[in-house]
Amino acid sequence: MTTAEAAEPLTVPATRGSCPFAPPPSYERAREQAPVTQVTLWDGSRCWMVTRHEDVRAVLSDPRFSSDGSRPGFPHLSAGRRALAEETQVFIRMDDPEHARLRRMLTADFMIKKVEAMRPEIQRIADDLLDRMTARQSQADFVAEFALPLPSLVICRLLGVSYEHHQFFQDRSRILLHNDSTPDDVGGARRDLRQFLTRLAEEKQKEPDEGIISRLVARGELTPEEVAATGLLLLVAGHETTANMTALSILALLRNPEQLARLRDTPSLTGGAVEELLRWLTIVHSGLGRAAVADVTIGGRTIRAGDGVLVMLNAANRDEQAFTDGAELLVDRDARHHVAFGFGVHQCLGQPLARLELQIALETVLRRLPGLELACSFEDVRFRHDMAIYGVHALPVAW
Amino acid sequence: MHITVDLDRCCGAGHCVLAAPEVFDQRDEDGLVVLLDADPPAGEHRQVRQAAALCPASAIGVRE
Repeated sequence: MTTAEAAEPLTVPATRGSCPFAPPPSYERAREQAPVTQVTLWDGSRCWMVTRHEDVRAVLSDPRFSSDGSRPGFPHLSAGRRALAEETQVFIRMDDPEHARLRRMLTADFMIKKVEAMRPEIQRIADDLLDRMTARQSQADFVAEFALPLPSLVICRLLGVSYEHHQFFQDRSRILLHNDSTPDDVGGARRDLRQFLTRLAEEKQKEPDEGIISRLVARGELTPEEVAATGLLLLVAGHETTANMTALSILALLRNPEQLARLRDTPSLTGGAVEELLRWLTIVHSGLGRAAVADVTIGGRTIRAGDGVLVMLNAANRDEQAFTDGAELLVDRDARHHVAFGFGVHQCLGQPLARLELQIALETVLRRLPGLELACSFEDVRFRHDMAIYGVHALPVAW
Repeated sequence: MHITVDLDRCCGAGHCVLAAPEVFDQRDEDGLVVLLDADPPAGEHRQVRQAAALCPASAIGVRE
């Protein structure tokens, strides 16, 4: 441990600085001064924090770093998150070969051509939501009326879950992803959701449909509980992430009017702009956890078997070695090598769907609402500092 | 240029299809990689290198 590190104990999650779009300054300082360093977590435990793009990719693509949250040393960001990770029986918290076996039951549903075939339907949902939002008012909460219902409607349709239950699972997803939720809160929310999805899996056994849950049941390889655990992951991941990216992207563009104008004038930039926004905003903002199962050297430091590691996607995505002028939002840069979806075999399963939803959402909103503006002062926007997925709690807009 | 793909490593993220759709596809049954052209013409080489660099599972091998 060098004196520079000892002088300034690092804690995770850290507080952001004056720019709410930028990662906490301490992560960025670590990336420049001590890219693989020890940090202290909420319970006083220590783990490694990895912040450089190259090192983050190295950790996430190395099978000697386990995703199993029940392993000793695995870093958890709160008691609630520990309860969630330790008891979760889904493939994101497993290693190969079991991880691959379960993930591959779903990869066909999210492959490029399958997702691309959903474009007309997602476009129709986006248009319907904007029709409704703009029908009788001149301002609205963009999160509640567009950013959240869009991916929520899409994932419900994909899974075969009735959208009428959306309030039920949105409320409980919020508890699962809130940093301040206690293990009891998390346990209760998960029990409710598991029961709901297990019952749904049993219904699909009697009355099959085209949804993912029904097809998982029909494979006959998983118990209704295992189907429910997988469905729960897709349901939570499917609407929280894209919803927050959509609202935060719109806010980021409103705060960067030159980039907004450039994108509005040249809609063909939308695909690349989505990659750049994913990079610049990196809503999975408190790191991905791993536990070393062997001694591994990363960035010149030896991480011992049994040590926990947090890789900071947001710091890596502004690493100057990978992105010139990384602090700048530039909608026409090639940012495809960002790690906003993670890296390695656990990289986001739903990323083709997320990309398509974000492309449609941005293009449609910018085209149909040329006068879009923030309807409150920027200082009054409430950011999701307290949630596993970053974003804004609400986004008042006018048009 | 000669390309190989490793189905055991592939995790179906789809970067290769987005980067070089003339060279890579995905299997209907499980979304894993299909190599359409193991020896692509020069016009595809840049996109193929990009696909290999973006693949999160290091499932694409490129020999030049």
